[in-house]
Amino acid sequence: MERPKSTDPLVTVRDLVFARDGRPIFRDLNLTVARGSVTAIMGGSGTGKTTLLNLMGGRLTPDRGSVEVAGETVGSLPRKALFGLRRRMGMLFQSGALLTDLDVFENVAFPMREHTRLPESLIHHLVLMKLELVGLRGARHLFPAELSGGMARRVALARAIALDPMMVMYDEPFAGLDPISMGVIVKLIRELNDALGMTSIVVTHDVVEACGIADYIYLLGDGRVIAQGTAVDMQKTDAPEVRQFMAGLPDGPVAFHYPAPEYLDDLMARERP
Amino acid sequence: MSWDLGISGLGRRVIGGVGRLGRATLFLARLAPALGVALARARLIVQQLYMTGVLTLVIVLVSGAFVGMILALQGYNTLVRYDAQSSLGLLVALSLTRELGPVLTALLFAGRAGSALTAEIGLMKATEQLDGMEMMAVDPLPRVVAPRFWAGWIAVPLLAMIFSAVGILGAYVVAVGDLGLDGGVFWSQMQSGVSVTNDIMGGLVKSVVFGFVVSWIAVFEGYDAKPTSEGVSRATTRTVVSSSLAILALDFIMTAFMLRGL
Repeated sequence: MERPKSTDPLVTVRDLVFARDGRPIFRDLNLTVARGSVTAIMGGSGTGKTTLLNLMGGRLTPDRGSVEVAGETVGSLPRKALFGLRRRMGMLFQSGALLTDLDVFENVAFPMREHTRLPESLIHHLVLMKLELVGLRGARHLFPAELSGGMARRVALARAIALDPMMVMYDEPFAGLDPISMGVIVKLIRELNDALGMTSIVVTHDVVEACGIADYIYLLGDGRVIAQGTAVDMQKTDAPEVRQFMAGLPDGPVAFHYPAPEYLDDLMARERP
Repeated sequence: MSWDLGISGLGRRVIGGVGRLGRATLFLARLAPALGVALARARLIVQQLYMTGVLTLVIVLVSGAFVGMILALQGYNTLVRYDAQSSLGLLVALSLTRELGPVLTALLFAGRAGSALTAEIGLMKATEQLDGMEMMAVDPLPRVVAPRFWAGWIAVPLLAMIFSAVGILGAYVVAVGDLGLDGGVFWSQMQSGVSVTNDIMGGLVKSVVFGFVVSWIAVFEGYDAKPTSEGVSRATTRTVVSSSLAILALDFIMTAFMLRGL
């Protein structure tokens, strides 16, 4: 399997074990994200993709193993150092997570106002530049409630790159978008990554889009990485669980049915449990 | 046995309540340093003062006027039997500054602004706005919670004073305009009988305590709410219920101490 050009890792996940409410989510997860790449982390619903982003962002701590970002072990950082690291990360939430009492302009200006003492005229220019990148300079006076889902996500993207972070984490950036908005987001992720020299981690279950932009793909299942490689590698592989996911087959190694007693026994049971 | 279940249910509720009080106290301890940080950004507090204080003004003005007018009617009706209607101004002023002003204002505030604070913070949590802030390395406690807490704490005593003042004016209109009492007597009785240190300051102390407690409950419930629509609606209800009970219980305790001259 061919690795992306840069092999210098920005994120390294080693022997990660994590359980939530007694349910194991990761058992022995290992992966690296190369600096400057677009890396897709794929997997079905409930495979812990978003949890992985939360572990990288330090919102959760691993039970065992480590998550390193830019040479720092995220789980053991004191709060101040963690906040220092987060200033260099951007995160795009599925909902956008825009502040509803601020308009588009103020939402993008928010991290600048909180973390810098830049003069107002400079903030104005910077915000307009970020909004221009996502094509929403004209929407700067709208409030989040007046935006469509795709627009809200683009504003959130402008906000995520407001402080020129070293990496941006995207949580399901393609979910619930119309084809045009989806195309816009796909293009933006790739272009921003290359133009601003960032590293992008895209958590998604959209196979086509992920294959379209990712330099490297990890497929998660059963708490581990079950396959990895470039988009071409992933399409070619014969492993049944990979084929099932990439082709979107309802049944295969990943069962269609949630674990249940025998169908007939269940129907014939006299009393409801 | 049913009485058995009843007792164990009661025990569970008590333990749950005490646990919740403990969680709220821990939250307050975490909030304390953020309160200091938030003071440096007065603009945020002023914004929230407008949202919580100024927007509660209408309900406080209207309620205050009506309560004053009712007090005048009821007080006159009783006092006139003993030919003591000249003390009506004093009766109204004492009732309002010592009890009704602080207590009713705090109750109104809990219903109007406290519930809104809880719902706002709870919804910010449910829509990932607080998570988003955390990921932008912005601590929501000083940025979101502390300014709202300060605003509530400052607003309640001010609103209580306005409530009492408007109530006295309402009583004056009824007493002098309708019941035919002499205006000079109304004011002079009040002037000689109301003590600034005991009555007015006592009422002020109460409303400062109420402001603190209502704001604390409101921001805690919002911050602690389950991030779902049901969770936020439950938290909002809890704010109004717990605040109201806390206000009345604390009022009893403080009144007992104040009347015994501690």
